Amino acid sequence: MAQPARHAAMLSISNSGPNLPVAAAAADRQQPAQHIHTQSQSSQGLRVPSNRKTIYDRHLNRSRNAELSRASFAFLFAEMVTYAQRRVTGIQDLERRLNEQGYPLGLRLLDLLFYRTMSSSTSSALSSSSSTSSSPPNRPLRILPLLHLIHGPLWRLLFNRPADALEHSVSPETPNEYMITDNDPLVNTYISVPKEMSMLNCAAFVAGIIEGVCDGCGFEAKVTAHNQPTEMWPGRTIFLLRFGESVMEREKVLERAGVK
Amino acid sequence: MAVFSLIIINKAGGLVYQREFQPGLRKLSTNDYLVLAGTFHGVHAITRSITPKLPLAPAAALATTPTTATTPSPNNVVSPSATSSTPTSSTASYSYPNPGVPATGLECLETDKFRLTCFQTLTGTKFLLFTDPLMANIEVVMKKIYELYADFVMKNPFYQLEMPVRCEAFDRNLQGWLRGRT
Repeated sequence: MAQPARHAAMLSISNSGPNLPVAAAAADRQQPAQHIHTQSQSSQGLRVPSNRKTIYDRHLNRSRNAELSRASFAFLFAEMVTYAQRRVTGIQDLERRLNEQGYPLGLRLLDLLFYRTMSSSTSSALSSSSSTSSSPPNRPLRILPLLHLIHGPLWRLLFNRPADALEHSVSPETPNEYMITDNDPLVNTYISVPKEMSMLNCAAFVAGIIEGVCDGCGFEAKVTAHNQPTEMWPGRTIFLLRFGESVMEREKVLERAGVK
Repeated sequence: MAVFSLIIINKAGGLVYQREFQPGLRKLSTNDYLVLAGTFHGVHAITRSITPKLPLAPAAALATTPTTATTPSPNNVVSPSATSSTPTSSTASYSYPNPGVPATGLECLETDKFRLTCFQTLTGTKFLLFTDPLMANIEVVMKKIYELYADFVMKNPFYQLEMPVRCEAFDRNLQGWLRGRT
């Protein structure tokens, strides 16, 4: 007898908890959208909303669970590669250009990522009082939390799944090198690189995004993408992160200070 | 059921892809494949123009004619089947036997040992599939090949249109899918 009653109570809590404001906000958003639609039908051409609300006025979480057509992304990315290919001197130059296309994206994505992880952690903090102490810090200070941020939340934001592996360089000469592995990068799904360019990996674009995220966090780094095909995963890609001298020095200081 | 090989012909009649999946047919030299592609392209175009044009009678008469006229004669090796047309505009004074379907050329060529099925895309690319003559559901195979072509060839930034297809991902996925089928 007690069981269903408790269940119902929990349901009602979760309904009136963090969900309600979102639903209300969504309903709020729905109204002007319809309004805009009717407006645009009367005046054809460029769509200018009457209430001066643009895409920038929309809530950032609006597209949180929205899905994108994989084909349209594939065509867009193919055009980006073709564009980057113009007037390049070699494969390295092409990879550098793809990297540069991804870099600003990484810088901007970082803020969105923080915003979303923060808003979700505060809402969970509201619903359960105990989690205030365990809520994640705003920004990673050490290398390892940064790498976990890239491996988990960033990958989930970009590709809807975490990356496949995270490793530290085993060589003692290069303690500043870390590797993130993706078995089948989304950007390379439909791309076959011709034999004469076999060194090229178009995931250099993703490497640029990672570089942007690292720089945005204050970790100077160079990120490159490398092919490492296996029998099972012909498109396996390793992202090599090389942190700068200053980062490694700071890391030592922070380690002594006991900062996590 | 055996799928022997696949040939892709571009819209100008050039051979852009040739791959063998299962043994069963004799191999030709590269030059012969090029000739086969070019010749087939020409024959295909001619068979399309063979399609009879029916004088456009009053609407009632048109409705009764189509079905009997289209069935290909079975004793011919080359059978220009399902030749038909787009709905004719009001100005045209004729109609193809099967209104509503665009005019196509040679679709199927059958011998004792193999069946050649041709599928032409709306953009003019032709897929020729050599299969076992008893194989059923060739349309399914053809549709999947077209899908893989659209994915792994047309979305590849390194593929130049109308040029030979050298896409490793296309080969891999095609072979994987065909192997999974048998």
